[in-house]
Amino acid sequence: MPLDEPTALERLINGILPENPVYRQLLGMCPTLAVTGAMMPAMTMAAATAFVLLSANIIVSLIRGLLKPHLRILVFTLTIATFVTIADRALAAYMYQMSKTLGPYVPLIIVNCLIISRCEICASKQSVGVAIADGVGMSLGFALALGSIASIREILGSGTWFGLHLFSYAYTVAENILGWVTTILGMGTLGLPDIHWQNWGIMVLPPGAFLTLGLLLGAVEWFGQRRRRAGE
Amino acid sequence: MSDATAKTGYIRQAWLVIFLALAYGGALAGVQTTLGPRIEENKRQETYSVIPALVEGADKSQTVEKTITGKDGKPQTVFLARDSQGTPRGWVVPATGQGFADRIDVLIGLDLDVSTITGLYVLDQKETPGLGNLIQDPAFQDRFIGKRTSEPVQVVKDDPAAGSNAVKALTGATISSESVATIVNSALKNLKEPIREL
Repeated sequence: MPLDEPTALERLINGILPENPVYRQLLGMCPTLAVTGAMMPAMTMAAATAFVLLSANIIVSLIRGLLKPHLRILVFTLTIATFVTIADRALAAYMYQMSKTLGPYVPLIIVNCLIISRCEICASKQSVGVAIADGVGMSLGFALALGSIASIREILGSGTWFGLHLFSYAYTVAENILGWVTTILGMGTLGLPDIHWQNWGIMVLPPGAFLTLGLLLGAVEWFGQRRRRAGE
Repeated sequence: MSDATAKTGYIRQAWLVIFLALAYGGALAGVQTTLGPRIEENKRQETYSVIPALVEGADKSQTVEKTITGKDGKPQTVFLARDSQGTPRGWVVPATGQGFADRIDVLIGLDLDVSTITGLYVLDQKETPGLGNLIQDPAFQDRFIGKRTSEPVQVVKDDPAAGSNAVKALTGATISSESVATIVNSALKNLKEPIREL
């Protein structure tokens, strides 16, 4: 084994931001675009992907000494497909409505390049500990990416976050605070203007996914370049 | 290399793949045996919850399950939808068939003498997102309401004439649309007479 393979801690940290699967490696675009209309499906997808990635990384790392180079991709795919099927069945059994919302995207985790690339790059070459750290890091990075896109899309598109009506809640809170302040100061009735959150419909539709991903990718790249220049 | 060593060579190369395939297959069989009944129960609950939408006036707590033998000789569960007084209002028939991507499960609502479709609901499908999966949309499913069971439901590309037994296909998803119609037609052909005989 080459001496310059990253350590477990490096793998863990790299997965979250420096090698973020979505923003830095542009992997796993299918779920990134398809299930980020709201936080609940996005986080369920992130959890299912994390389960598959961790399990596949552990198994592949355990059997890495037995792998034949020309059959390794077959073994990876077999392993990934098994855990995806387990995740799919478990969702259908315990989160039936969510499993229907995600529909074909759970089985499609099989073709998420993120997982097979981690098997190839890390798990088939390094020890179980490093493979677990790598799986956790990459899963966190993936969840962070899905969560950032889904937050923007759900808040702008539906005015909610995890299904909570953020804006009407904030409005009620603001109204109450204003009410107390005016009562304490004896200013009589001073109401908030009657405003409502206008849903930005396109954000929950497929174009919203492309727009958000493009803008966030641009922002991440811009900050990255600024930091690199500052470091020079 | 002789034939014999070539053969042992293959096994030596592939034993891990063969072993893993068997082990994973066994594990998945275990998962399916454990979770299968729960998933079936979820589906049954969902069936019960949509029955009022498929048959007008039906009350889901009054629904009766009946097992009949279809024309193909296989037993099949159908649901007799009744209103809150227990008066029969119509039938709900589960049907399954091949779609464009995978199996499609639907529920068909029928009036009491099985002459008219009163509703359609897609329980499970894995059709192309954004195209074929629009068969889940009430806008598509409602196109089947009022169609006669005396002749097969046709699928056409334009708005069908009033009174015709045709439904308009989804744009870009002709095969998915036709699959649903085929599932409905074959289920009705198989079960219409057995239900009437009950």
